[in-house]
Amino acid sequence: MKNYKHNINSEIAFIHLISKKKQTMVAALGVTVGIAIFIFMNSLMYGFEVYSVESLFKSTPHLRIYKEEHISQPLIKTSKTDLALLTNPKITKESKKLINPNLIIEALKKQPEVIGVTPNVSVNVFYNNGEAQVTGRTSGVNIEEQNTMFQLEQYIVEGKYSDLKANQNGIILGVGIAEKLNVRLADNISVTTAYGVSKVMKVVALLKTGVTNTDKTLSYTNISAAQQLNKQGASFITDIYVNINDYETAKKLIPKFKQLSGYEVEDWETANTSAAAANKIRKMMAMAISFSIMLVAAFGIYNILNMTIMEKLNDIAILKAIGFSGKDVIRIFVKEAIVIGLIGIAFGLVLAILLVKVMGNMWVGGDIGFFPIRFFPKFFGLGIGFGLIVTTLAGYIPARKAAKLDPITIFRK
Amino acid sequence: MIQSELLLQAKEVSKYFYEPEKFKVLNNISFDIHKGEFVTMVGKSGSGKSTLLYLLSTMDTDYEGNIILDGENLTLKTKEQLAAIRNEKIGFVFQFHYLLPEFSSLKNVMIPALKLGKYAKEEIESRAYSILEKLDLKDQALKPASKLSGGQQQRVAIARALINDPKIIMGDEPTGNLDSKNAAIVFDLFKHLTTEFNQTVLAVTHDNDFAKASDRIIEMADGIIL
Ligand SMILES: Nc1ncnc2c1ncn2[C@@H]1O[C@H](COP(=O)(O)OP(=O)(O)OP(=O)(O)O)[C@@H](O)[C@H]1O
Ligand SMILES: [Mg+2]
Repeated sequence: MKNYKHNINSEIAFIHLISKKKQTMVAALGVTVGIAIFIFMNSLMYGFEVYSVESLFKSTPHLRIYKEEHISQPLIKTSKTDLALLTNPKITKESKKLINPNLIIEALKKQPEVIGVTPNVSVNVFYNNGEAQVTGRTSGVNIEEQNTMFQLEQYIVEGKYSDLKANQNGIILGVGIAEKLNVRLADNISVTTAYGVSKVMKVVALLKTGVTNTDKTLSYTNISAAQQLNKQGASFITDIYVNINDYETAKKLIPKFKQLSGYEVEDWETANTSAAAANKIRKMMAMAISFSIMLVAAFGIYNILNMTIMEKLNDIAILKAIGFSGKDVIRIFVKEAIVIGLIGIAFGLVLAILLVKVMGNMWVGGDIGFFPIRFFPKFFGLGIGFGLIVTTLAGYIPARKAAKLDPITIFRK
Repeated sequence: MIQSELLLQAKEVSKYFYEPEKFKVLNNISFDIHKGEFVTMVGKSGSGKSTLLYLLSTMDTDYEGNIILDGENLTLKTKEQLAAIRNEKIGFVFQFHYLLPEFSSLKNVMIPALKLGKYAKEEIESRAYSILEKLDLKDQALKPASKLSGGQQQRVAIARALINDPKIIMGDEPTGNLDSKNAAIVFDLFKHLTTEFNQTVLAVTHDNDFAKASDRIIEMADGIIL
């Protein structure tokens, strides 16, 4: 017997789809809505997550290397039997200093996951202008490296960050501090520390990260100025800031970096426990919501496709009566489901893009500005995959049920 | 008459319906049909003719006993195998016309042949045309099946049953919806196929003239053969 492959299954699927255009479109629309909502809601939640993490990383590194502050130990050891020795333990000042920071920095830079390393001299200060005084923290930095790691440039609202290099006594002030002190660009302020140092510094730029607490306390100076404020010499470094390619892995790298540097290592989550906890809750909520949306969307898609197939039950019985097998029936209806799915997904992607665009143009104001929703290709990819799987199953499951039946059983229904 | 080849055999076939209550609709039915025979089945309404025909055509697999077609015991076959047998060896005409409404008459006739894949598409199309022509339907070929009259639909269904040159044609009142002129066309066609081409036909009918003119009559009453 000669064998011709007539692809009659595809032809039947095609005719079914085009002869009931309206029904096909309604089913596709069901897919469209499911996919669009899936992508949109995920972008919404993930956008907010990224926003909050990013605002954290405007001033916090992924990992920070520092020396544990030690309480001074009494010189004479006491044993249990002896009389108690009264001591006056103090935090030793010298203990904050990292020895040989350059060696550590070089070693860190060689690590494959490290994308940025910069030394830092941190000191708590009072900013003064006349009677006005603000407490805060200044960070002595290599401003170029700092800019590469934290995109300072983006948050400078007045002046230029690079002017710090030209001015040894320059300072980049958070806008909140400037407002309280009532100073403007090129004004001088005096900066004092608990070590009794007082320096007159010139405002070279204003910084607005959008995180109110940071903008009200943080300033950047040159490393040398911060060393002077600490009453320390040129080798004094308090922290090394490290950024890595994936901030989620920060915790795992702590032991490795500890060994490498010989000092304490703190990851961003530990440094910002409350922010990190909020982030975790948000993430769990996002996952729960995302999962629910997936269920609802899947159910909607399944229902509408199931209905489409149930309406074709009589056709299935006829096809079986004239010699189409159960497998053929499944193939025909899965093909139809996939075509409906593809049409639905295509429109769903377009709708999702529109929704994300519209939402992203909404002004929220405050620290946030525009609504923090963005295009994440991964959700579009997930949406396509999810849509295809659900539509395929939504074609397969009811078709298989019908395919198992004797044709007469269907006619008798 | 020369004893010709056995084609279809029912061996102690019984069937129950369970709704609304258990009820034996077919009771130990046995008979043979030989190749080239034109057999009609008669009996009053509700005697079980359609039910039996569905079993013989493999469209209903819920029964006791054995059915043997062309040397193969259908009772032992899987559903997939039965589908292939229906496609290749059985042409079935329903009591009520069952066509695919979205397809043209021509396509409805062609589909079993396209499924079988024995011939090229052009060949199938010209064969389908010639069968439709014999049944006086050539001008309806390209109309969607849903736009045909009841009698026209029934003739398209007959054409569809013929397209694969099946071993046996089974019809459940194939001429039930037809006027006397078209019923005669169908009858002559069946007769012609059995005498000239050794085709086998088993048709349920309420038409006494139709039955009398066939080779043999099987009469049913209350689930048994008289
Ligand atoms: N799905 C079913 N469930 C229960 N009983 C059924 C079912 N189908 C048919 N019957 C019963 O089985 C018996 C035989 O029905 P069948 O359709 O085979 O009769 P028939 O001989 O073809 O009648 P007709 O000449 O009117 O077509 C009838 O009593 C009918 O009521
Ligand atoms: Mg009947």
